[in-house]
Amino acid sequence: MKITLNVWRQQNAQSSGRFETYVASNVSEHMSFLEMLDVVNTDLVKAGKEPIAFDHDCREGVCGSCGIVIGGRAHGPNRAIATCQLHMRTFRDGDTITLEPWRAKAFPVIKDLMVDRTAMDRIMQAGGYVSVKTGGVPDGNAIPIPKHVADEAMDAAACIGCGACVAACPNGSAMLFVAAKVSQLALLPQGQVERTERVLKMVKQMDDEGFGNCSNNYACEAECPKEVSVTHIARLNREYLRANLVKEEQKESAGGA
Amino acid sequence: MKLDAKAPAGPIQQKWTNHRFGVKLVNPANKRKYSVIVVGTGLAGASAAASLAELGYKVLAFTYHESPRRAHSIAAQGGINAPKNYSNDGDSVYRLFYDTLKGGDYRAREANVYRLAEVSNSIIDQCVGQGVPFARDYSGLLDNRSFGGAQVSRTFYARGQTGQQLLLGAYSVLSRQIANKGVTLFERREMLDLVVVDGQARGIIARNLVTGAIEKYTANAVVLATGGYGNVFFLSTNAKASNTTAIWRAHKRGALFGNPCFTQIHPTCIPQSGEYQSKLTLMSESLRNDGRVWVPKAKGDKRRPGDIPEAERDYYLERMYPSFGNLVPRDVASRRAKEMCDKGHGVGETGLAVYLDFADAIKRLGKDNVAGKYGNLFDMYKQITAEDPYTTPMRIYPAVHYTMGGLWVDYNLMSTIPGLYVIGEANFSDHGANRLGASALMQGLADGYFILPYTIGDYLASTKFPAVGTDHADFKRTETEIQKQVEKLMSVNGKTTVDEFHRQLGKIMWDHVGMARNAAGLKKAAKEISALREKFWKDVKITGVAADVNSELEKAGRVADFFELGELMALDALQREESCGGHFREEHQTDEGEAKRNDAKFAYVAAWEYTGKVSSPKMHKEKLDFEYVKPSQRSYK
Amino acid sequence: MNQLTAFVQSSVGKKIFMSLTGLFLCSFLLVHLVGNLTLLKNDGGAAFDAYSHFMSTNGAIRVLEVGLVLGFLVHICAGLLVWWQNRQARPTKYETYRLKDTTPWASRNTIVTGSIVLIFLVVHLQTFVGGLRFTENPPSAYALVASAFSSGWYSAFYVVALVLLGYHLRHGFQAAFQTLGLRNKRYGGLLDAIGVLFWLIVPIGFAILPVYFYFFHNVSDATMALGGI
Repeated sequence: MKITLNVWRQQNAQSSGRFETYVASNVSEHMSFLEMLDVVNTDLVKAGKEPIAFDHDCREGVCGSCGIVIGGRAHGPNRAIATCQLHMRTFRDGDTITLEPWRAKAFPVIKDLMVDRTAMDRIMQAGGYVSVKTGGVPDGNAIPIPKHVADEAMDAAACIGCGACVAACPNGSAMLFVAAKVSQLALLPQGQVERTERVLKMVKQMDDEGFGNCSNNYACEAECPKEVSVTHIARLNREYLRANLVKEEQKESAGGA
Repeated sequence: MKLDAKAPAGPIQQKWTNHRFGVKLVNPANKRKYSVIVVGTGLAGASAAASLAELGYKVLAFTYHESPRRAHSIAAQGGINAPKNYSNDGDSVYRLFYDTLKGGDYRAREANVYRLAEVSNSIIDQCVGQGVPFARDYSGLLDNRSFGGAQVSRTFYARGQTGQQLLLGAYSVLSRQIANKGVTLFERREMLDLVVVDGQARGIIARNLVTGAIEKYTANAVVLATGGYGNVFFLSTNAKASNTTAIWRAHKRGALFGNPCFTQIHPTCIPQSGEYQSKLTLMSESLRNDGRVWVPKAKGDKRRPGDIPEAERDYYLERMYPSFGNLVPRDVASRRAKEMCDKGHGVGETGLAVYLDFADAIKRLGKDNVAGKYGNLFDMYKQITAEDPYTTPMRIYPAVHYTMGGLWVDYNLMSTIPGLYVIGEANFSDHGANRLGASALMQGLADGYFILPYTIGDYLASTKFPAVGTDHADFKRTETEIQKQVEKLMSVNGKTTVDEFHRQLGKIMWDHVGMARNAAGLKKAAKEISALREKFWKDVKITGVAADVNSELEKAGRVADFFELGELMALDALQREESCGGHFREEHQTDEGEAKRNDAKFAYVAAWEYTGKVSSPKMHKEKLDFEYVKPSQRSYK
Repeated sequence: MNQLTAFVQSSVGKKIFMSLTGLFLCSFLLVHLVGNLTLLKNDGGAAFDAYSHFMSTNGAIRVLEVGLVLGFLVHICAGLLVWWQNRQARPTKYETYRLKDTTPWASRNTIVTGSIVLIFLVVHLQTFVGGLRFTENPPSAYALVASAFSSGWYSAFYVVALVLLGYHLRHGFQAAFQTLGLRNKRYGGLLDAIGVLFWLIVPIGFAILPVYFYFFHNVSDATMALGGI
């Protein structure tokens, strides 16, 4: 196969980028998309040029490192996969493919197709945890959790934090990512104690990072490699509304103590 | 050098309890005066960093990823062992201890393995407390499944993503500590050297992978949690960036390297499809519960699998091991697959694969049941190969998966450099010559949550620390050495890319230091690696500049270290004139081709010292005594 | 108070205001439609005029009217603010962006459909509220409707605007429940079914009127005249 690539090249966060065109000939249909890029990069290095920078690591769709907008689609045209799981047999001989980085104000480009997604870590730091210390926990079976609840929490927890939801969203919103964690911990008994504070803090951090608002387009769900459902966003909204309603009470009782 | 494992005296059940009472403690108010560097933020690193910060220590955590959540622990599928005995099938701490030691073919330290089994129950509690959504049964209680090498059901799991869920749990408590300023996270930083001042590990040199700056960090102790080195084979199930650099550079600064040749080769991986292949993908071991492994009886039979009649198929595992059949341990299954392919029975375009056939299982259980059990794995296989395992047998081949070897540590998880601790896959400790399934997650978290936080306090409380800043002469000298190395790599400007060198190294390793090894091959490998290493430093081509994101430069530094480690692995395999666990020496096998261990001569840990010359390392021995579990020959016939 | 400010300023809070006002406006549409359907009654406009008179003189309705105006204002302002902020969230646009592969047209274009519906609203108010309340010697409400819809252009504009309103509600109705956290797997289907009432039945109900008046009104007059003979 012969594939023409139209690739976004950008030296660093400060510089402005441009598209450059590369031709990958001798592409095997069995290659993964990133292996095809490896081959292009080897040719670039041999020609004395800088290879295309892109994040990747596990190459089996779970670490969440990779993420390229391929032909206008986050992680490419197939459903429920990360970029590293896309194979060249998806494309046809002679295709031209445009490669762009995740584009969002909260994800500044580091270089070429690499972006800085630490905004998502900061959202997690704002409250995406249960405040347990090592040691002081009850037995694992002390609190039974209905199977369907544990299963739904797992559906949400499957999020790999790749940022495709943000990249796919017309508004650059991180709602699906944030909702996945809020929902997981709101479902589980272990998350109840900090339920109110957690959602308030995480949404605040999300807004402060410059992500857009959710407008219920559901492009996020369509592009999510782990098919995290937008029903978790509904749960986040509900949790947020609830938190705002009960927060005041907490303040009063705290004041009275 | 005398190796002191510092295993406490007393009955094995009391060792850890007694030791914890015996160690010195740091006063809570004084803990904030001590700083600890933790390199790596996988299961071991993240759990250690968070736990140390909870205690009050100042923690500096380093990851070469953009986020701790990207560490390769995330890719572990199967589960995590703990002898909770929730299944009421006779499990106990002692049984897990026994299984682990035996599974490791009696090449691990008893005291460590017992402690691992002892603390493993707490891990499950801890993770549940963090909100890890483990699988549950209809009572709402935790579910278990069985795994290889054990006759009890003790594996806790979260679908096929147990590693992910455990890592995200550790990442969440780490995130909390980052928010509380107990941990300072340095992301996109790669440790390039250890700084040793007056014999104590006092800091690291790291490269900022965004700006290219060489940075210096100082602390009272350094913890390496940087994972395994399976990528020395180029093709492995490890993530692309997994490397040996941190532990190798520490080794060159004086830390002994334990059992470098102990490598685990996993039998059920998706085979290589071409020269461009960048990594291999694991298919869970659980598939062998229902899949039947076979090859055509005729050599070079290129017919489609469906066209080969039953009588012309060789279900070789069932034939050779009638009692265990397709469920023989990983090392045996791997070796036999290689043997079949070497004899010319391999299938697929490359001839380097055997079939794993589910036709019988589908006939017996129905397609829906098979899909219920293995659906996600079948989908994953189809995604990669474009073949449907429901209608055509899977093609599988062994691949490098885990390295039992690593930096030698004592009972306190401290290396031979005072103040340098090594945890998780990066150390050599608990799995001996072969690791059982669902034990890697257990070990990483045991080290990080429940062992290191106690033992490091003893060191900090009992050691005098002269004030050392990053302007100390040893820091400056080490920094200069690293800068020179970077400059040297950038200035070679040869013709061959880093990946091309890495592939060549990987091929040598796979051919001679892989599943089956012999003296002639190992000697040849050591020589070839040495020659290729010389060529690397003369002919490697790196473009771009050092003061920028430069993935080629990153890879070059790692491959340079793989070249040195690879040779040590060959030398270690050469000296170990026996077959044990993942280490199979062709000279040492029974008439039926089974591994022949030699406890009289080789019941020791080979701990290698760097002498300044890569090709002539010095071996030290830690003798292994088995007080509780008497070594016996494994048999699966 | 601090909490309330934070709520109003937050992304989710703004969306919750949009949902609540949106659903309020939906309920208004339903009431408005029921009233309007009296236009179809063959009584020379008596029923409609009575309805119209009631609506413009009843005190409670006048109070509700203030709420309605506020509802519109909040919905529009929040909508514009969200739209503007969302534009800021992606400063560099994609060269190729195949959003249409993953999202429905109605969801992508709420700002377009909403804006046109807003223009429609202004024209509508000018014609009817302006024509009835702010004119000396206003005609009967029925006569005003009949005369307005005798214009082909005016009627066509109505129909087009109502189609767009349909698209606006197609997205908006289910989205409101999503934003309020009331949409889940169990009730999703039910909500979608009720949604049909709003995005399909209500706009069709409104659209019948211009179509009816433009094409059939004179005919029915003639029929009446014939009947008188």
